[in-house]
Amino acid sequence: MAKIFRLPDLGEGIHEGEIVEVLVRSGDSVTEGQPLLIVETDKATVEIPSPFTGVVQTVHVEAGEVVHVGDPLVTVREAGEPAEESAPAPTPAAPTGVEPAEAAEGLPVAASPATRRLARELGVDLRRVRPSGPGGRVTADDVRRAAQAAKTPERPEAIGGVAPPEAHETLEEEGSPPPEAPPAPSAVPAGVPVFAAERRVPLRSFRRVIARRMADAWARVPHVSHHDGVDISELERLRQELNRETADPARHLSLTPFLVKAVVAVLKEFPAFNARLDEARQEIILKAHYHIGVAVDSPRGLVVPVLKNADRKSITELAAELRALSQRARSGELNPDDVSGGTFTLTNIGALGGRGFTPIINYPQTAILGAGKARLEPVVTGTLDEHTLTVRLILPVVLAFDHRVVDGADGARFVNRLKTLLEDPKMLLVSL
Amino acid sequence: MVMGELSQETHVAVIGGGPGGYAAAFRAADLGLDVTLVEEEPRCGGTCLLRGCIPSKALLQTAEIIWDAAEAARRGVRFPTPELDLAKLRAWKDGIIDTLASGLDRLAKKRNVQIVRARAVFENAHTLRLEGSELTHLTFRHAVVAVGSEPLSLPGVSLKPGGRIMDSTGALAVHDIPARLLVVGGGYIGLELGCAYAVFGSRVTLVHRAERILGGVDDDLVRPLVKRIGGLFESVRLETDVEALWEDADGVTAVLRGPSETLEERFDRVLIAVGRAPRSRGLGLEALGVATDEAGFIRVDDRRRTSVPHIYAVGDVAGHPMLAHKAMREGKVAAEAIAGMPSAYDVQAVPAVVYTDPQIAWAGLTETEARRKNMAVKIARFPWGASGRALTMDAADGLTKILFDPESGRILGMGIVGRGAETMIAEGVLALEMGASAEDVALTVHAHPTLSETEGEAAEVFLGSATHLYVPQGAQGKTTPP
Repeated sequence: MAKIFRLPDLGEGIHEGEIVEVLVRSGDSVTEGQPLLIVETDKATVEIPSPFTGVVQTVHVEAGEVVHVGDPLVTVREAGEPAEESAPAPTPAAPTGVEPAEAAEGLPVAASPATRRLARELGVDLRRVRPSGPGGRVTADDVRRAAQAAKTPERPEAIGGVAPPEAHETLEEEGSPPPEAPPAPSAVPAGVPVFAAERRVPLRSFRRVIARRMADAWARVPHVSHHDGVDISELERLRQELNRETADPARHLSLTPFLVKAVVAVLKEFPAFNARLDEARQEIILKAHYHIGVAVDSPRGLVVPVLKNADRKSITELAAELRALSQRARSGELNPDDVSGGTFTLTNIGALGGRGFTPIINYPQTAILGAGKARLEPVVTGTLDEHTLTVRLILPVVLAFDHRVVDGADGARFVNRLKTLLEDPKMLLVSL
Repeated sequence: MVMGELSQETHVAVIGGGPGGYAAAFRAADLGLDVTLVEEEPRCGGTCLLRGCIPSKALLQTAEIIWDAAEAARRGVRFPTPELDLAKLRAWKDGIIDTLASGLDRLAKKRNVQIVRARAVFENAHTLRLEGSELTHLTFRHAVVAVGSEPLSLPGVSLKPGGRIMDSTGALAVHDIPARLLVVGGGYIGLELGCAYAVFGSRVTLVHRAERILGGVDDDLVRPLVKRIGGLFESVRLETDVEALWEDADGVTAVLRGPSETLEERFDRVLIAVGRAPRSRGLGLEALGVATDEAGFIRVDDRRRTSVPHIYAVGDVAGHPMLAHKAMREGKVAAEAIAGMPSAYDVQAVPAVVYTDPQIAWAGLTETEARRKNMAVKIARFPWGASGRALTMDAADGLTKILFDPESGRILGMGIVGRGAETMIAEGVLALEMGASAEDVALTVHAHPTLSETEGEAAEVFLGSATHLYVPQGAQGKTTPP
C-alpha cells in the first residue's frame, strides 16, 4: 500500500508553512525518521521526518509552495511491496506523473497550450505566476514576466525610489510589456539609460509573517515611546571584570542577560507591563511568568526566541541559553517552542549603532524595551552653581508600551526603576 | 552478436507504426534526429488505420447513407430499397486504407525515416533483436515503444481467422452480412459495428454485462442512442453474460445468462467487443525493468518516459484512453523530449467520439465524474429541438451541454449527442485548452444556422439569457450535486 503523508499538525496553532526544500525525489528510498522536507512556518523552520520506511512514489509539493496542515506532501510506497518489485532498484528518473488525476486537486491553471509550452521552456511554474487575464488566466506575457523576475539576481529592493524614470516604469510594466523577453540585466551596459523594470519580490515566509505582525501591532496598539539614557559605567566595569575572569571568550557575558535580569525585576514591580489586553473580553491579563523574548537579526529576518522563566535563571544561565538560541536562530533551526510564549520583549540594537529608535510592540504583549549603542558622554552633576563634569558610559533605552494598558507616567516610573537597577549593580544584585 | 548478422545503429528506434509510433517518428525526424521505425506488419497505420477507426468509419458512413435514404421518405423523397454490393464496399474501404497506408510510407521516406518490417524484441537496454528481416539487430540511443493494444476475447473463446466468432478485426473485414448477429459488449466498438451491421440488414442482438451501455458516459448523452438502437436492434440485453459459445458448420450457439433467465440462442455470427488490452508482453521489457501496472500498461511520466529513462512509451500500451489522437500527441511529446525540448503531455482534455448515429462526443469533465468527485459544477444544456439546423437534419433529439465552474464560469467539460458531434466537440476542446469561460464562448459569433450555435447558446444558458431558449430567471445552469 502506498501511503500518503500529509503535513502534520505542528502545534502552537500553526496551520500552514512554506516548503523551503524538498529533500527527496520520487524513487528515493527513505527510512523512518529520515528528513523529507524542510518547512518554514510562522515561527520556525522544521524538518519533517518520514513516518514510514519505503520508496517515495510521488512528491506532491515543491519548494516555495505554501502548504496547510493535512495537505499531501509525499506518497511513500512501503518497502517489500510485491506489486512494485518488477521496478528496478536504481531508477534515478522514476516516473513522476504516473498517477495523473489524483494529484491534481482543484482546477489546473487556466492557460493556453502555447502559454503552457512557453512556461516549460522558460522553466516557470504556472501555479506561481500572477495571472493578468480574466478569470485568472495566465497569459504568455505573464509567463515571460515571471521568468524575467526569476532571472534577476537576488538583491535587496531599492528603497526610496532611486530609479529615476518612475513614470515610465509604471507605463511599461502595467500597460504594454515588451513582446520579447527583455535581456537579462547583466547584459545592459553601464551608462545606458535603462527604463528598468521594477522587480516584484513575492512576500513569503518570514518576511510575510513579519509584515503581517508588524502591521497588526501598529494598527491595533496605540504606541507610546519613552526615551532615556542609562549610566551603565559601573555595570560595564563589573561585566568586563567578570569576563576577564572567564578564560573562554565564547562564554563572555554580553549586556543583554543583565538587561533581561533587570527587566524581570522591574516587571515584578510593574505587572501591567508583563500583561496582555484581551480585547474581546475587555480584560487585562497579568501574566504569572516572565518569558522574555530577545529580538535576533537572522539571515531570514527578525526572529524573537524566548528565554522562558527568566526570573528563575541566573545571569550565566541566561547568557548560555541566549547564545544557544541565537545560534539556532541564525542557522534557522529554531523550534516553534523556542519562539512562542513571550510576555515581554527586549530588542538590543546596540551593536549596530543608533542613538534612539521606536520599537514596535511584539503584539499581543504590552511593552518592549529597546537599547541602543552605549556611548561615553559628558555628564554634568550638581547644582546650577556647583557642578562637576564627568564622562560616563550612557546606554540609550526606550520603552514602547501600549497606552491602552498603561499610562505615560507608568512608563516613566518603569524606566526610572530600570535605571536604578542598571546604574548600580548592587541594586541589581539585591533585586535578583 | 554473431558474425554474419546484419546490424544497424539509429538515434531513435520507434517500435510500432500506428498513430503513436508514426507521429513520434515523424516529429523526431523533423527535429533532425536519425529515426528507424520497426513495424511488424506489411503496412503502417496500426490498428487505427488497418482495422479500427478508418475502416469502421467507412462502414458507418455507408450505413448512414442507407439510413438517410430510408428516412428521406418523411420529407417526400423515395428511393428504391438499396442493394449492397459487399465486394465493392470492401474494395472501396480497402482502397481508402491503401491510400492512407502508402501515404504514410511516402511521408516516412520524405523525412528519411527508415521503416524496417520486422518484429522487434529488446535484447538489452540499447539493442533490439529483429525477427523476420535481413537486418537482425538495431542499436539505439532512445526507443519509443508504440506497440498498441489488441482486442480481448471472452474466457475460453479462441478466435479463428475467418470464423463465425469474430473480434472487431473480423467484423471490419465484412465477410458477409449475417442474418443474425450477436454483439457482445456495449462499449463504443460493439455499438458502432452493431449499428453498421443492423443498417446493412443483420438482425442484431446486443448483450452487455453492465446495467447500461457506454459506461461512464453521461445518461442524457446516451439516451438518444439507447432509443435509436431500441428500434434498430432486434434485442438489447443488459446485465447479461455470455456463458458459452459453440461454433459449428452453419452457425453459433450462444448461452446468454440474463438477470432473470438463461437462454440458448443461435446466431450466424458473433462479434466480441469486450475491450482491448495493451501489448506490453513479449517485447523483453520485463528484463529491462520497464515497469508496468496491474493491467499491463507501461508506466510513463509526463514526458512519456518509462522507468528506464531512455525508453519511452506512447499510445494504447502506455495507458487509457486508448485513442489514436491521444497516441499521436504522446508520440510528439516523446520525440520532443528525446530531442531535448521541455515538452510534456499536459493536455487538459482528450475528446472522445462514439461514431454511432446519433454520435456522442465529450471532452473534459463529465457530469458522471463531477458527481463521483462531488464537485460543484453548473451544467447548461441546449436541446437541439430549439435549433433550426438540427430540425432540417431530423436531429431534434440531439443535445449540447457544457459544464462550468460555478464561480468563474470557466468551462470544465462538454458533451454532445447528435449528428456532427465529432466535429463540434473541437470547439469544446479548444475552450478547455484555452481555459475559456462561458462568456468567451457566448460572445463568439457562431454561424447561423449551424449545429455549432448550440454551443454558443449553451454558454448563454449558463449566463442566464439564450436567444433561442427561454431561461427562467434564477434557473440558469443546474448545479450539481444538489
